[in-house]
Amino acid sequence: MKKGTLKQILLITDGCSNKGEDPSAVAALAAQQGITVNVIGILEDNQSEDPTGLQEVEDIALSGNGVSQIVYQQALSQTVQTVTRQAMTQTLQGVVNQELKQILGPDKSLDELPPEQRGEVMEVVDDLGETSDLEVLVLVDSSASMSNKLPTVQESIIDLSVSMNARIGRNRFAIFTFPGKKKPIEKIMDWSPKLDSISSVFPKLTSGGITPTGPALKEAMYQFGKKSLKRSFLKEDESNIEETGF
Amino acid sequence: MNQTSKKQDFRLRPGDVVTGKWHHKKYVIRKRLGSGAIGSVYLCESDGKPQALKISDKSSSITMEVNVLKSFQKVQGNRLGPSLLDVDDWIDPRGERYSFYVMEFLRGKQLSTFIHAHGEEWLGILMLQLLDDLTELHEAGWVFGDLKTDNLIVTYPPPRLRWIDVGGTTQIGRSIKEFTEFYDRGYWNFGSRKAEPSYDLFALAMVMLHFYHPKRFERGSNPQKTLLQKLYQTKPLAPYQPCLAKALKGEYTTSKQMKDELASLIMKRSDKGSNYYRINQRNSNTQPQPRRRSQVNKQTKAAGHPFLESIGIFIVVILFYLFYLILK
Repeated sequence: MKKGTLKQILLITDGCSNKGEDPSAVAALAAQQGITVNVIGILEDNQSEDPTGLQEVEDIALSGNGVSQIVYQQALSQTVQTVTRQAMTQTLQGVVNQELKQILGPDKSLDELPPEQRGEVMEVVDDLGETSDLEVLVLVDSSASMSNKLPTVQESIIDLSVSMNARIGRNRFAIFTFPGKKKPIEKIMDWSPKLDSISSVFPKLTSGGITPTGPALKEAMYQFGKKSLKRSFLKEDESNIEETGF
Repeated sequence: MNQTSKKQDFRLRPGDVVTGKWHHKKYVIRKRLGSGAIGSVYLCESDGKPQALKISDKSSSITMEVNVLKSFQKVQGNRLGPSLLDVDDWIDPRGERYSFYVMEFLRGKQLSTFIHAHGEEWLGILMLQLLDDLTELHEAGWVFGDLKTDNLIVTYPPPRLRWIDVGGTTQIGRSIKEFTEFYDRGYWNFGSRKAEPSYDLFALAMVMLHFYHPKRFERGSNPQKTLLQKLYQTKPLAPYQPCLAKALKGEYTTSKQMKDELASLIMKRSDKGSNYYRINQRNSNTQPQPRRRSQVNKQTKAAGHPFLESIGIFIVVILFYLFYLILK
């Protein structure tokens, strides 16, 4: 059986967007294309747990079928990996739920099953999570207020690759920052299976107060398209997980 | 996360009754024992017996943990995790669905509390017990994963180390899903997050280090170096040092190897009779060496006495002589 590829965008930001289209709308579009959008909002050390500026974080993830979390800098590494894993499980569960509905009828979902059977289904989800291929595009907000957090961000992305590369399935990561100099996003690292190699820190971009999250997400979405176009000449297993099923 | 934020305030109060949707068992909540990333654990009562109940709105996570507990049940003569008693759903009065499971309630002390109360020699012995359990677990094809001080308690009598949270247990060859940075070898640059026996052995060495550094420490710019230096600087761990260094570096491939070496270090240590070995041993499974050593101690003390005595006499004589000279 061929496993599908799980596609995720991981947006790391510390504030709300203020330019271009609505990021939630773009996230919804991405979800339509089979790309999950996860969002991590970073709090300033002196900020309270529930800042109004980061309300958007939850909205984007909700419409992007993803997971969101608001954290302090020091918890970033651990959060990046839980968020990624949770989103994987969530996506796979969604697929399983759809299959269940087809087999058992429209009102049957995983939660409606008795605990014993649910256990067996979750084992399948767990298996898939371990063996599926995963593509994560990390999109980092590099506006002025983020610059002191970038070293931590880099550390946590490397840490994510350590975690994910322990899986059986293959991984690919790409890193982009936004806003770019002339384009909406700037490539830091192209698709690659390992991140241990990036010793070069994020370039010191300080681009004032603009945070065009929407356009950046849209551009990030195309990065999956470009690559799959190229890769589709090489292999044909690029199809979305929903089509492969199991 | 995002979908659950609306239920975050959820908390059961003493006296609340949780009734299973499928198996219809009733559990009366007594008190909250703790809470973590996935749900909270409560002490509850069912049929007059105290039990532990873990409940969460994350049905899938609860189901995963139940799967692990079930696979423990299959391990022969299991004393590994708490035994699983029931799995069910609960619909609260507002119509929200929660998943829960009920397990045996283990009454015990925190590892560090127990060792502080009963003596540091217990650290090594309890770790030998842990290594025995890990050997069994690894042979069954599993790795504990999130092994840390918080997940260990000591039940007694007789003192026995038990693990309480098995949520991180992972099949060998897969990736570790749940870990705590301080105990994670990936964090310290000492290896991958692949579930293999050496992953647990690293964490076990960290449990021992943690006992002497309860506030933990930063990894710095060279994590490997920082960690080994900490180990060498921690004097009370000196007797175990060769073994712990090997565990940190991932040089043991099985827990049996580590257990054998740790055991031989502990024996050697009591033979030599290091200073911090407490003598008032009431434990049955330690070797008779300590008692022998206490006798040796008395002898050396006795041997010291005559010498002091003669000096004393000498001083007194000198004093009397001086008085004699002055008075004359």
